[in-house]
Amino acid sequence: MIRVNNSDDTQLDQLMGNNLLNNTEPGSIPLTGLPESIRVMEGDAGEVLEVSMGPQHPSTHGVFRMDVVLDGETIVKLKPVFGYLHRNHEKIAEQISYLGTMPYTDRLDYFCSMTNNWGYALSVEKLTGLEPPERAEYIRVITGELTRVVNHICLVGFFVQDMGASGTPLMYAFREREKILDLFESLSGSRMMCNYMRFGGCRVDLSPEWLAEAKKVVDECPRFLDEFETLLTENEILIARSRDVGILSSQKAINAGVTGPMLRASGVNYDLRKVDRYGIYDRFSFKVPLGPVGDCYDRFMLRILEARESLKILKQALKDIPEGPIMDAKSKIRNFKPKPGEAYGRIESPKGELGFYLISDGGVSPYRYRVRSPCLMNLTVLEDLCIGSKIADIIVILGSVDIVLGEIDR
Amino acid sequence: MKSLEEIIKTAGHSLEKAGLELIDNPSPCGERSILVDPSSFLALVELMRDDDEIGIDYLSNVTGVDWPEKIVKEKVKVKEMVDGKEKEVAQTIENNVGGYLEVIYHFYSVQHKSGPWTLRMRTGDREEKVTLPSITPIFQSADFQEREVFDLYGIRFEGHPDLRRIFMWDEFEDYPMRKDYEDPDDYEYEPTPHKKVLVRTQRHYEGNDPGK
Amino acid sequence: MLDDGLKSELSKQGIVTTTFEEIYNWGRKNSIWPLGFGLACCAIEMIAVSMARYDLARFGAEVFRPSPRQADLMIVAGTVTKKMAPQVVRLYNQMPEPKYVIAMGACAISGGPFKQGYNVLKGIDRFIPVDVHIPGCPPRPEALIHAFMTLQEKIGRQKLQGENRAPHTRSDMPSEFEVPQYGAHDLTPTKNTQEWVPPVIVRS
Repeated sequence: MIRVNNSDDTQLDQLMGNNLLNNTEPGSIPLTGLPESIRVMEGDAGEVLEVSMGPQHPSTHGVFRMDVVLDGETIVKLKPVFGYLHRNHEKIAEQISYLGTMPYTDRLDYFCSMTNNWGYALSVEKLTGLEPPERAEYIRVITGELTRVVNHICLVGFFVQDMGASGTPLMYAFREREKILDLFESLSGSRMMCNYMRFGGCRVDLSPEWLAEAKKVVDECPRFLDEFETLLTENEILIARSRDVGILSSQKAINAGVTGPMLRASGVNYDLRKVDRYGIYDRFSFKVPLGPVGDCYDRFMLRILEARESLKILKQALKDIPEGPIMDAKSKIRNFKPKPGEAYGRIESPKGELGFYLISDGGVSPYRYRVRSPCLMNLTVLEDLCIGSKIADIIVILGSVDIVLGEIDR
Repeated sequence: MKSLEEIIKTAGHSLEKAGLELIDNPSPCGERSILVDPSSFLALVELMRDDDEIGIDYLSNVTGVDWPEKIVKEKVKVKEMVDGKEKEVAQTIENNVGGYLEVIYHFYSVQHKSGPWTLRMRTGDREEKVTLPSITPIFQSADFQEREVFDLYGIRFEGHPDLRRIFMWDEFEDYPMRKDYEDPDDYEYEPTPHKKVLVRTQRHYEGNDPGK
Repeated sequence: MLDDGLKSELSKQGIVTTTFEEIYNWGRKNSIWPLGFGLACCAIEMIAVSMARYDLARFGAEVFRPSPRQADLMIVAGTVTKKMAPQVVRLYNQMPEPKYVIAMGACAISGGPFKQGYNVLKGIDRFIPVDVHIPGCPPRPEALIHAFMTLQEKIGRQKLQGENRAPHTRSDMPSEFEVPQYGAHDLTPTKNTQEWVPPVIVRS
């Protein structure tokens, strides 16, 4: 469909509103030969081209769609379109029991089920006043940090694959991921959807063999990261594609609610593990890496540095983990009814601030259950990052944001 | 960190008609919130942003909540004349509490590493008076979240640059997160014998489901 | 037509006999090109299958194509929402014959854990025919490999002639299906009534 239109900026605004890709508007001339998703608009501003990227696109990390307006190859406007994976997580959670929601949280951000469990358990603990015992806190830190390592190395793999390094880095990342998933599987019974944490503790205890195996994996991981870095950090193509691309200023990042590695790559020292000190993070010594520029390269580098810091935490936690119970004795599985009230709990998930907001009316299921998704908030700045860049940079910028659609659309 | 009482006091001085109310939270975490009149909401947020001590600069979370109309039963003792004597008789009064939609905002301060400050706003009712001021011009992070609240609850945010459905398609007419939303009748049977589902299944096969 | 006994006897002597049908199916089943198309959680397991440990390349199916025009197999990996369903059907329509569909995971089969959701399609077979269903949430990579082997067997059995010949050789079998439209409350139509019949449950 080709459209000939006098488009100055205000008209462009109208076009990008509700009626985007609506071909029935007056002034549009049907022309065969071009795919339906592409249109050309002519006007004083030159010819601009509207392209709909997604929802089926190899580098949109799932079913994400962007409506992009291009002037030549330069991006003039970009509107993300969500909802292709909106599977009503919040509505379902308001109909089932508190504990019944736990396996659903696994499926939010399907790379990091352990941290999702943790965030939800933390919020319910805030709502009910349960306190996990010390050993459970250590197990949470261990599984949470392992998740962070998995997420960051896989993200780097996908990030460079989107740039065209098809295969090798992602294969390396998935090889490491399988080792950590084996640990999760032997602990919780499932590779990806662990459903491991409970309100006031964890479901099953670690065995000494598991700890020994985890130590082995953690000890071997830095070598893998070194290997990974030899491949990538000074790679000329990676630097050319990602340095000074998609620069995010710190004020903009804070105002737009960007959190996690993306915020820290812009130089803002805000890590919830240090700010809220939830769990027992105040016992470990680790550094918060910060990016000097806030471009895609910083975001990439920050993930590798964070994975290294996570390994540091893991080493300390695996050494110090005490014996003891893993569940708060006051916690009960059946007839779990928190008193009326509300609580907002948040943790530093690998993607950013993952928050759960719960309102209880004293019943078996929450009256209101809300997930504050870090990925959705981080995408707020996508348009600002992309405008002025070339179309090929969208993929790089989107890859560096680190999105998972299960969490964006919920 | 300033307490909410202090905020209300300061805001009462500088805002003409603040209409602030402290909402208690009986849960163990005890994070209380301020109920703000929509007319003074933006002014209060700006006040809290510019305050040196509070300095909120990060809006973390925007939540919509649906509170449908409900009947609250209240037991009152009424003095009545029974057989010429004055007697206290317990009576149950049924109050019809009007429904409303609520939006809850969680603010933090990145510079002071403090928070949360929770503000809430309520609409007049659930059908007509559903317009609230948008905070997106001040905090960009509300952009998608307010669109989400609009999509799922039907609250209109005045001043939002691009208010349209975010998760459902544009042709969709309902507000699915509301408590009285009826799911489309789109599944045939359910092997689990939950009574609710069985009733629904029966209705489906008999073909008299109103949602069909 | 040679019988199986003679065939194996000949192969012992170093003489391979085959039919056109067999060699055609043998070629097809060992070079299935899937559509690189992930919907949700299961897509990660699909990626894991194509990676080093599970190595889908052993089955000749590692060539994930980004375009439906170049693909033989659609792996519906994850929850199909109502918003996504028209796109999935359209992608299926764009694939050239012969084409196959694997419904991977509980969501693609029936809606799975998200069945109660207002925006969740209760199984992709309401709109397009499915060849292999794999249960699991998500299915393990081994399960997906098993699905591939099942599909290979199915392709190997397909006939080119006769009464029961394969659907793609028949002109009366549809290869494209109606794309549903977004409606005011639901998709219209909500299901492809020619293709999909609701299961009849007999309760004792």
